[in-house]
Amino acid sequence: MGFFDRLFSGLTKTRDNLVKQIKSVLKGKKISEELFEELEEILIGADIGVKSTLEIVENVRERCKNEKIQDGEEVEKILKDELKKLLGENSALKPPETTPWVIMVVGVNGVGKTTTIGKLAAKFTKEGKKVMLAAGDTFRAAAAEQLGIWAERSKAQLIRHAEGSDPAAVAFDAVQAAKTRKSDVLIVDTAGRLHTKSNLMDELKKVRRVIDREMPGAPHDVLLVMDATTGQNGLSQAKVFKETTEVNGIVLTKLDGTSKGGIIVAIKKELDLPVKYIGVGEGIDDLQEFNPDEFIEALFGN
Amino acid sequence: MIFENLAEKLQNTFSGLKNRGKLSEKDVELALKEVRLALLEADVNYKVVKTFTERVRTRAVGEEVLKSLTPAQQVIKIVYDELTALMGGAVSGLNLSHSPSNIMMVGLQGAGKTTTAGKLARNLKENGRRPLLVACDIYRPAAIKQLQVVGSQVGVEVFSVADQKPVSIAKAALKYANQNGYDVIIIDTAGRLHIDEDLMQELVDIKSALNPQEILFIADAMTGQDAVNVADSFNQRLDISGVILTKMDGDARGGAALSIREVVGKPIKYASFGEKLDSLEAFHPDRMTSRILGMGDLGTILEKAQKAIDEKDAQQMMDKLTTDDFNLEDFYNQMQQMKKMGPLNQLLEMVPGMNKQLKGQDLSGAEDEMKKIEAMINSMTNKERRQPDIIDASRKKRIAVGSGVKVQDVNKLLKQFSETKKMMRQFGGLATGKGKRKIRMPFFGK
Repeated sequence: MGFFDRLFSGLTKTRDNLVKQIKSVLKGKKISEELFEELEEILIGADIGVKSTLEIVENVRERCKNEKIQDGEEVEKILKDELKKLLGENSALKPPETTPWVIMVVGVNGVGKTTTIGKLAAKFTKEGKKVMLAAGDTFRAAAAEQLGIWAERSKAQLIRHAEGSDPAAVAFDAVQAAKTRKSDVLIVDTAGRLHTKSNLMDELKKVRRVIDREMPGAPHDVLLVMDATTGQNGLSQAKVFKETTEVNGIVLTKLDGTSKGGIIVAIKKELDLPVKYIGVGEGIDDLQEFNPDEFIEALFGN
Repeated sequence: MIFENLAEKLQNTFSGLKNRGKLSEKDVELALKEVRLALLEADVNYKVVKTFTERVRTRAVGEEVLKSLTPAQQVIKIVYDELTALMGGAVSGLNLSHSPSNIMMVGLQGAGKTTTAGKLARNLKENGRRPLLVACDIYRPAAIKQLQVVGSQVGVEVFSVADQKPVSIAKAALKYANQNGYDVIIIDTAGRLHIDEDLMQELVDIKSALNPQEILFIADAMTGQDAVNVADSFNQRLDISGVILTKMDGDARGGAALSIREVVGKPIKYASFGEKLDSLEAFHPDRMTSRILGMGDLGTILEKAQKAIDEKDAQQMMDKLTTDDFNLEDFYNQMQQMKKMGPLNQLLEMVPGMNKQLKGQDLSGAEDEMKKIEAMINSMTNKERRQPDIIDASRKKRIAVGSGVKVQDVNKLLKQFSETKKMMRQFGGLATGKGKRKIRMPFFGK
């Protein structure tokens, strides 16, 4: 299955839902206040949020006026165009010049951090890179075992400590090991935590600090994993994680369900945090680079 | 958050308007616009918002504004009443009439099924039941191990069979429970998408094999608009008996609860407030209403206080506090009672208006401080606790070593204690005298 096919098939449900709605709203309709209201509902229904939705629709409305658009279906093009402008250009992760490339993975509980790391590891191994995983979730029962199974599947090395030990110590050991064993990529898992728990966020800061101390400039990337079912709270999550751990990209998981993951539009808009990867299933290959253009095309089903 | 407090917002919307007989259509429209935004920001599904605000409109227009209320308060009251009614009146428990009673935990991936299963087992065990946890998540790596660890943490046996299908595991568990005198079976199933036909069929098969009394849908409080589709699909296939709302300790407003309640019509039975295994609580519809509207939650804190502090104890304590008898032992007991009420920050968040003041303030320091004090008092002899005056240099040194702190810390504690005592004496004088004075708590101020 090619890249586009996979993205496409993963997004089928998402796309079907949004497209069906948009088509049924716009088909054969003349522009009216009602039509814009229906557009608003669709975007809000996709979890894009009230504030962002109102602003996006306002822009569409303005443009329809300026460009003297009468036909409802033309509005789809403009809406798509506005969304594209918002999401910006594709910005895939790029490895730094020096190895190991250290990637730290953070997020609230249950979003799919460990699974995402497993998939990332498999992807890097496939590219011929030597991968090491650090089991930094020392809190949740059997989290290290779970990562261990993914390490086996993806032929990556694993650094782990006992349950309940200090995650910063795991990170320390992992950076040392990755340097001596000449790993190309080190991915550091962390325990899921709600962004409202300041002591746990401090712990995360410490992990980041220790990595930076052992390898200046690292972690090179900090990925926030977010569940596509997340509602408006996603914005608050992204804000706090960005502030505390300098998150520079999002992995949007569980896009193979019926959720639309629209919160990432609001996050890009408010915090300028781009999505780097999307998760479209539980298989080891179900991780794709996020491409804003294709994402929107797939959403609208062209 | 943009709509921190609906009550305040409505107050502003109506500022300038005084009580004026009946609520006009315009009044209601104005208020409903804010209500609609607040609900959407809280992740209530937009369709639910629509039908709900329509209901409120019908009820509110033309209604007499009560003498004691402003139009804004009147609208809030109607919204609050309608929302609470929608969330379901009374608290609903579990049906555990069978022996064993079977409980199935179902939901999407990452909702918190395994952790919640452990919490539920703990609750049931505390209530004198003999629960058995059953590991039916054979898909996610290390899921069975996770349940085993959780099970051992709460002291509940975990039943698992290697290389078997979930349906066979469930059947075997039932047999095992019957043979070994377990009276509740909690089945942890794998997380799955509601559109995954094969896996949904698996749940239906487990259901027909076990005939469970309860099928609980586990929902993440942070879920957005799609919550209705997911819950509806699970309900269509399984006819669920209730919902458990997880991750309520975050700052999500939890509008999904309202959506699910409206669309699926099944009660929300529990809410889970943290990763610790004792953080599962009965669900209270009225409190959820306040939370979704962003109006604080006085009910919870009152009840928490009542549960933790026996009234007689409280009176005795009060008497003691205001006399010279107050000693470190009493102080310790007082701290224990506070601790029973839950983490400090959660407690304070529930006080209306406190939410805003607390933003950005870190209370974990205060809790650490409390822990330290506890350790120090634990290292004292009974005599020292009752007569702190006898604590001399060598005793201080022993206490410091015993509790892993520095002698300065012990000094600080003793100093703070005598300050508190002094303050309490003043308070005692005030309580009988007149005038209000703000009471400073030396242990929590920095």
